[in-house]
Amino acid sequence: MERTKDGDERREVISLRHVWAGYDHQAVLEDVNLTVKALDFIGIVGPNGGGKTTLFKVLLGLISPIRGEVRIMGEPVEKGRRHIGYVPQLMTFDSDFPIRVWDVALMGRLGSRGLVQRYTAEDEEVVADALRRVDMLDQRERPFGDLSGGQRQRVYVARALATEPSVLLLDEPLASVDPRVSSSIYELLKRLNQSVTILMASHDMGAISSHVKTVGCMNRRLFYHEDDTITPEMLELAYQCPIDLIAHGVPHRVFPEHVVEERER
Amino acid sequence: MIDAVVEGLRFGFMRHALAAGLLVSIACGIIGTFVVVKRIVFVSGGIAHAAYGGIGLGYFLGVNPVLGAIGFSLAAAVAMGLVQRRTRERADTLIGVMWAIGMALGIILVDLTEGYKADLMSYLFGSILAVPATDLLIMLLLDVVIISVVVLFYKELLAVSFDEVFATVENVPVTAIYLLLMAMIALTVVMVMRVVGLILVIALLTMPAAISARFVRGMRKMMVLSSVLGAAFMITGLWLSYFLDLTSGATIILVSGAAYLLSIALQPLISRRRMAGGAAEG
Repeated sequence: MERTKDGDERREVISLRHVWAGYDHQAVLEDVNLTVKALDFIGIVGPNGGGKTTLFKVLLGLISPIRGEVRIMGEPVEKGRRHIGYVPQLMTFDSDFPIRVWDVALMGRLGSRGLVQRYTAEDEEVVADALRRVDMLDQRERPFGDLSGGQRQRVYVARALATEPSVLLLDEPLASVDPRVSSSIYELLKRLNQSVTILMASHDMGAISSHVKTVGCMNRRLFYHEDDTITPEMLELAYQCPIDLIAHGVPHRVFPEHVVEERER
Repeated sequence: MIDAVVEGLRFGFMRHALAAGLLVSIACGIIGTFVVVKRIVFVSGGIAHAAYGGIGLGYFLGVNPVLGAIGFSLAAAVAMGLVQRRTRERADTLIGVMWAIGMALGIILVDLTEGYKADLMSYLFGSILAVPATDLLIMLLLDVVIISVVVLFYKELLAVSFDEVFATVENVPVTAIYLLLMAMIALTVVMVMRVVGLILVIALLTMPAAISARFVRGMRKMMVLSSVLGAAFMITGLWLSYFLDLTSGATIILVSGAAYLLSIALQPLISRRRMAGGAAEG
């Protein structure tokens, strides 16, 4: 995978072309275009109901677009989604469910094993490595329901890593964890981003824009210019009203491109 | 006391009842665990009551009502599974409707059937003391099917129970696996119906698993403990009903219910021990 300064020759991981999608013929996504390239770290912000979740559902093949084309690693979604490591929202978990950390992470290997096949020693190695990368290997025997929100999120990230993904897809991963925990998760994601592409959605604009490489705004349409700044124009287009946040310095470059380049070498 | 127990065992019907109770406990322990953790108790109730339509159909067509119930509840289970998955909203309404229609259909079909229908009540309230050898064989067969399916598809069943979206993304055939689970619930329901009757099916499917969930973490352990608990409740209930001359199905349920309430009362103690045990618990 070649990586150059202008980024143009990096491999396209995800591409959406003129995608319209929604429910019962009511479009939630309107003419969405997006190209995600290898080692991008893109944050998608936008109001609730603005289509972030719908966009993710399209990428995961949970709903089909009404119009337009979606490619993941050059393949249609049903095939291409095996390259995605999906990290869900925390709130969806039932904390009474009887399962250990290890067994949650092991589910990352489902896609590599067919029906009836058992997990192999290789799967266990991959899972142990994934848990190590998120600093949760020593917690492997604990009941998943006993973990804190941040720890659970780490295990979900490990499960996604265990799929050996080309891109991590995180849907509001920090929606219900406290700020201290969320900054440690951001640290983790930053570290992982050295080897894996990341696309994450959040409604917390302030936090996301200071940690990701580039930001897009989503409200039915996607406003994304492969840039790390949120311009007042993008916000106004996305939220359809002037936003106070701009005054608090949302457009800043905390993670300039050349710093990354140097560390890579 | 011991003498009386031994004396009871001299009767063939008591030996059959014990065998039926043990066979049913295994199915209930395994499938009940899925029903409890996946929170589909209501769906199981729907399947159980729809199965009565199959009983009626069996009478009407003059075949073994148990076979009618197996076919009918399998169909109802698949229909309910599809309804639950395809139409996210109002699934509970549709399941309630099928629940009622199945029951009503059974009653009408029985009405339309000429002749003697004395043991009809046994399907409503169970008749563990009158289980014929052929039904024991059917139960054994169903147990073998259920255990084989759970062993073969354990990782998929676990994934679908825990996180359907992730399983879908990993290209697990989620709908097929879910319908497989529904079908196994249907088979279990038919077995349990013979013992405690369809009205009390939910109790035996859920209570042992719900109690186990308080003591162990992990699905496999839950399945084993639920089966053991179920067997203990069956045996206790059976002997109590024998000595006190009470309806066996209802006695078994009350024994299970008493144990369930006791487990709730003991919950604070268990949590404290678990806190102390910390990470050792698995």
